Amino acid sequence: MFGPQSSLVMYDEEYQRILSILEKMLRESNSKVIFLVDKNGQLIAATGETANLDTTSLASLTAGNIAATGGLAKLIGEKEFSILFHEGEKDNIHISIVGGRVILVVIFDQRSSLGLVRLRVKKTSLDLAGVFEDLAKKAMAQIAAAGTASASPFAEITDDDIDNLFN
Amino acid sequence: MSFINYASREINCKIVYYGPGLCGKTTNLQYIYNKTANDAKGKMISLATETERTLFFDFLPLALGEIRGFKTRFHLYTVPGQVFYDASRKLILKGVDGVVFVADSQEARLDANIESLENLKDNLAEQGFNIEKIPFVIQYNKRDLPDLTSVDELSKLLNERKVPELEASAMTGEGVFETLKAAAKLVLNDLKKGG
Repeated sequence: MFGPQSSLVMYDEEYQRILSILEKMLRESNSKVIFLVDKNGQLIAATGETANLDTTSLASLTAGNIAATGGLAKLIGEKEFSILFHEGEKDNIHISIVGGRVILVVIFDQRSSLGLVRLRVKKTSLDLAGVFEDLAKKAMAQIAAAGTASASPFAEITDDDIDNLFN
Repeated sequence: MSFINYASREINCKIVYYGPGLCGKTTNLQYIYNKTANDAKGKMISLATETERTLFFDFLPLALGEIRGFKTRFHLYTVPGQVFYDASRKLILKGVDGVVFVADSQEARLDANIESLENLKDNLAEQGFNIEKIPFVIQYNKRDLPDLTSVDELSKLLNERKVPELEASAMTGEGVFETLKAAAKLVLNDLKKGG
């Protein structure tokens, strides 16, 4: 979908679409928290009971988890393990890879069930994959229009801007 | 691979601290964590063994401030330095925007530095990056200890590309923020070019 060195760019329109897909999934699966993470550990969106949750750390650890499991998969000749499930005493985590690029994480307790979550994840993954395809097309169009990949809002920054960050 | 989010007006970049075992990668991050205001940092995560050797990675999210209305966040990672953790090291380099190579200046660790740098080259290539092009900074750490290799010699052996190089003592904090700043600067300049 994207090359290893291209930036992931998220626009407001797609972000709102993603958020509404996640919110719908949250309702339909009775889960506590759902978030979407880039495979490199960047949090893309989160919904549900996130107030007391360190979502940045969760995103980084989830990506590490997927990366480690992906390494294991390759060692035994599998492409990837696309679903991980961690069962706790109260809360459980269901992790799945969407469109080969992003990670969908669902945290749920006894108000839901693994079966329901798996069912909803399937539908949600399809919807999300559609959004990311659109996003990829948009990025390609931007690059084509600009002639380069410099659609970045940082094209105009100066050394002073950067120095100011550290003052 | 940076993440530019127009919806939340944020930009996220990933910097990885690389280097031989016990060179001070985790100590760099710990110093940054200890000296950063609470509102500018997230929790530092260390996946380490019982003897406090890095097992998988350390992670420290930092918010540096705003550039042109975008919140600028850096995610700092370290790799496990010990040779036999190579499979894990490769994984941490995924999607990296900039690398800090932490060299151990002690004479006895000269070979370990060279070996680790070669390993970095190979692992970056495997992830589709070129060490000649990626934002890259070298830190000569432990300058406060005895029996050191001179900076000139280290530079000759480790810094063929002539990237920014800094002397440091991560235990006392000397050179730590200077190193981070040099790396962040290169990463942001790379973004400017649309990289």
